[in-house]
Order: sequence, then structure tokens, then C-alpha cells
Amino acid sequence: MRSSPSTMFPATLNRLRDKSMRAGIFAAFLILLGAALLLLIFGPITYVRESREFRPSPIAGTGPDVIRLSELQPGLPLPPQSPNTGGENPSWYERNAAALSEGQRLFSAFNCVGCHAHGGGGIGPPLIDETWIYGSDIRNIFATISEGRPNGMPSFRGKIPPEQIWQIAAYVRSMAGLTPKQASPSRPDHLQAKASESSTPPQPPSGGTIPPAATAPQ
Amino acid sequence: MMRAANYRSSAATAAALLLAGCQGPQNILDVAGEQAERIAGLWYFLIAVTTVVWVLVVLTMFGAIWRRRVRAEPTDIPGEPSPTRGERRLGVVVGSAVVLTTITLIAFTLDSFFVERRTFAAPPDKALEIQVTGHQWWWQVRYMDPDPSKIVETANEIHIPTGRKVKIRLDSPDVIHSFWVPSLHGKRDLIPGQEAIFWIEADRPGAYRGQCAEFCGWQHAHMSFWVYAEQPQLFDAWLQQQRQPAPEPQGEAAKRGRDLFVTGPCALCHNISGTVASARFGPDLTHLASRDWIAAGTLPNNRGYLAAWIADPQSLKPGNRMPATFLAPEDMQNLLAYLETLQ
Repeated sequence: MRSSPSTMFPATLNRLRDKSMRAGIFAAFLILLGAALLLLIFGPITYVRESREFRPSPIAGTGPDVIRLSELQPGLPLPPQSPNTGGENPSWYERNAAALSEGQRLFSAFNCVGCHAHGGGGIGPPLIDETWIYGSDIRNIFATISEGRPNGMPSFRGKIPPEQIWQIAAYVRSMAGLTPKQASPSRPDHLQAKASESSTPPQPPSGGTIPPAATAPQ
Repeated sequence: MMRAANYRSSAATAAALLLAGCQGPQNILDVAGEQAERIAGLWYFLIAVTTVVWVLVVLTMFGAIWRRRVRAEPTDIPGEPSPTRGERRLGVVVGSAVVLTTITLIAFTLDSFFVERRTFAAPPDKALEIQVTGHQWWWQVRYMDPDPSKIVETANEIHIPTGRKVKIRLDSPDVIHSFWVPSLHGKRDLIPGQEAIFWIEADRPGAYRGQCAEFCGWQHAHMSFWVYAEQPQLFDAWLQQQRQPAPEPQGEAAKRGRDLFVTGPCALCHNISGTVASARFGPDLTHLASRDWIAAGTLPNNRGYLAAWIADPQSLKPGNRMPATFLAPEDMQNLLAYLETLQ
């Protein structure tokens, strides 16, 4: 037995016969095709996996640092000369979520919290505000950790490998909201007295006053 | 011909793989304790019953294929054939099969419930207590004692006395791990912030391999450990030995190695009792040389692997928490000489 389709679904077919309706469907099809093509072209570009290096390259990235012969310098402290980053641009560490969270972990593990608390300060100066006595650049912070500073900051050179000092320095910047929001840690594991690093508004660095002890010859 | 040979070789491989599951160091059927025995008993019960069920189902299927089709007889109701005697018998068979299936499933559920209730029952109070903490990616093991000076800490190797119940407390500071020694017990998860307590017992001396059984990151596969069950007096001697601080190094090389350890980066993460190195971040190294493995069962503990591990841990176990340490060759030898004295 044969039955024509129009008797089965008359309403639908009548609507389909309508020319403007058909044009509409065609346009919708074109739009979908275009979207699929766009996704095909730009999809892989937007989805880029974060690069993660476990091993500083080259392995000699843990080699001896450039040794400064004098602690004296004119004016405000400048970023130290060619710190050893194992071939990486130091700002890479503050854009990389894995490095920042590793820095967060090491910040507790190496007992930075003993003096600086979780950024609020105590024996040492606070790290979540806008005042930076020795500069807010990641290279300044690297120097502070590796060389030490007068009035109590110990030198961690030779104790912490440079790779890890960079991670800690990047994390220290994230405490004041100076690192990209997307990369900063969003949840601390300790008791939370303040908002997480990723929701801290940036504190524009205002410099600071260098204590007299830091300018006098050691 | 080629194809037949391929099939034969892949069938042989599959059979070998299946059989390999029944032997080796991690085996639930190689029972070494009361708890594992119960679990193995449950396994044997399930496999025996399901084998019988499978054989019955397959026989019925072949019977149905082989049997001649019964023609329907006419009935009073138009268009509705009355059930034949064969069909009535079939109804009884299918009905009783459904009832039997239900009974079997209930029996499985009850057996599994009672086995689990007994295997995870609370440990007795006077059991030896061991705190096991799972880290990414190693096991921290602490032998608890009311006297804090007698608490012993080690890593990735658990010594237990035979014939004595051992209470295990599990905890994790980072992600979920799972503690699994197939010869001694089932899996038990380590959930951050939630302590799990259970007990194990070994009836015969031996080395039983354990493995993290919950995916916990890059090096989940390299997070294994060994349980050594020993005669009680051997165990007591071992525990007594582990309570001692590290011996004072003898000889120039070992002394220099000790100085390198306590002044260098090692001391920021590791503890060696009897020295100033007292960090609690990496594994305790007080009796490192008494262990058979390093890096959570990844490498055998000998001078060569230890040197490779210190020089470049990230090539051996990528992603682990230990950074590479730059040491002059001479200093590396001194450090190794010192580490070898940590019996």
C-alpha cells in the first residue's frame, strides 16, 4: 500500500513548501556550518595546554649564581644582574599556575610563614600590602630570598635551588595581587584570614623607605 | 596461515596475561593474613557460584537452539493459542530460574556485607599502632608510642610482627590515595582531613608489595611500598634499632658528606635524627641505608641509583617534589659515603 507523504504530515510539508521558510532553514544551516568551521580553525588555538617543566633546563640551572662583589649601590636597589633562571624568562614563573602553587606550598614548607605569616607579616614585613622595601620586581624578590637582607632576612643561597626560589618569588608577588588572576592560587590550604591570591585586587607598588641599617656598610 | 599464527600468538599472550594475574608479588589469592583470607574466601565463593550459573546459562542456550519448535494448538478464544504442556513447563523453569537468581544475588550481598563488616571492624586497643600518611608520591610511616621519644619514622617500608594485629591509621595531606596490600587486606582510601582506621595481620613472615590504588597524579604508578612481616623478636630488634639516632660518621669522606647534608639544600626537606637536619617535608632519612628501595619502590637502594636520584630526580620520576641538586663529583661521593652509614 502506498501513501503519499503529504497525507501523513500535511502541515509540516505545507510549511516547508513555503519559500521563505526554506530560505530560513538554508540560512540557519549556513550559520551552523560557519560556526563549525570557526571552531575547527580557532578551537585548537584557544585550547593550548599549559607547558609544565619539571626539570630546569639545562640541568646546570642549579649551578652557582653570579656573585656580587659589593652590596653597596647608588640610589634604589636595581634588579640584580643576570640571575640564573635556567634559561627561562623570570616572568614565566608568575604566569604559570603550577609554579605559583608550588611556590605557595614551599612558602609554608620552608617556613617563610614563621616570620611573614601568610603574607600579613609579624617578625618580618607584610607581603600583601603595596610597600616593597627592596623592590617589587620578581628579580628583586629573588635577590631578597637568595642574598638575604639586613635586619633579619636570612640568605637562602645554596639552600634552596634557584628554580624553587623563582617559584617562591612568583608566589610572593601573587600575595599582593601582582600576578595574573587566572594563574594565581584560588584556595589556600591553611586557615584563611584573607581572600585568596586570585581574588586579591592588585596593590600598586609604592616603593618604601630603606631602613638605615640597610644602607650602612655591613 | 599468517592470520592463523597471529590468532594463535595473541591467544597465547592473552592466556599468559590472565595467568600472570594469578601470581607475582601483588596477589589477592596469595593470602598471608586473616583479613585477606576472608576476602579471598568471598572471591572463591563468587567465582564458584558464577561459574555454575554461567555453565547452566550456556547449556540452556544450546538446548534452546537444538530443541525442536513446538507448534501452537488451537484454543477456544479466537486468535489466542492455549499454552501447551511444554509452554507451561517452560513457565515453571523460567519462574524458578528468576527465584534462584534472586536468592543467589541476596546470598552474594549478604556474604559481601558480613565479610566487609568483619574485615573493617574496629582494631583491638592493644594493637601496635602505625600512622601511614600518603604524600604525592611516597608513604610516610610512623610507629606511634605513648612516649614521644620512642616514635619511629620511616618511609615506604612497613615492618610488622607476625601473629599480631596491627592498627593502621591512614591520612593524607594532599589528594586522595589508597592503601592496598593485596596479600594482607583490601583497599582503603586515604582521604585528606578524614582519618581511616583499620587493622592488618600477617600469619607468616614475608615481603608483601603494596601499591597506591587511587589515581593521585603524575607518579601514581611509582607510589608503591613493601610490608615486611617478621618474627616478633626480629621485629622488636628492628624497632629498637630504628629508635636510635643516626650514628656519628667515621672517616673523612663521610664526615664531609654529613657537613654537606646539614648545610646544603638536603636539610631543608629531610630529617636525620642526631643531626641538626630536622625538616619534616621529605622522607625521614635517619636509617636510609637500612631500606631496600628509594623513591617509593621506584629504584633499588644502592650507591649508583642514589647518586642518579640526587643528581637528577626529575628524569627518574618526573613531577616529584625533589629538585635536582648541583654537587661537584667529589662532594657527591662524600655525600653518598655519608648516606651509606645511615644504617
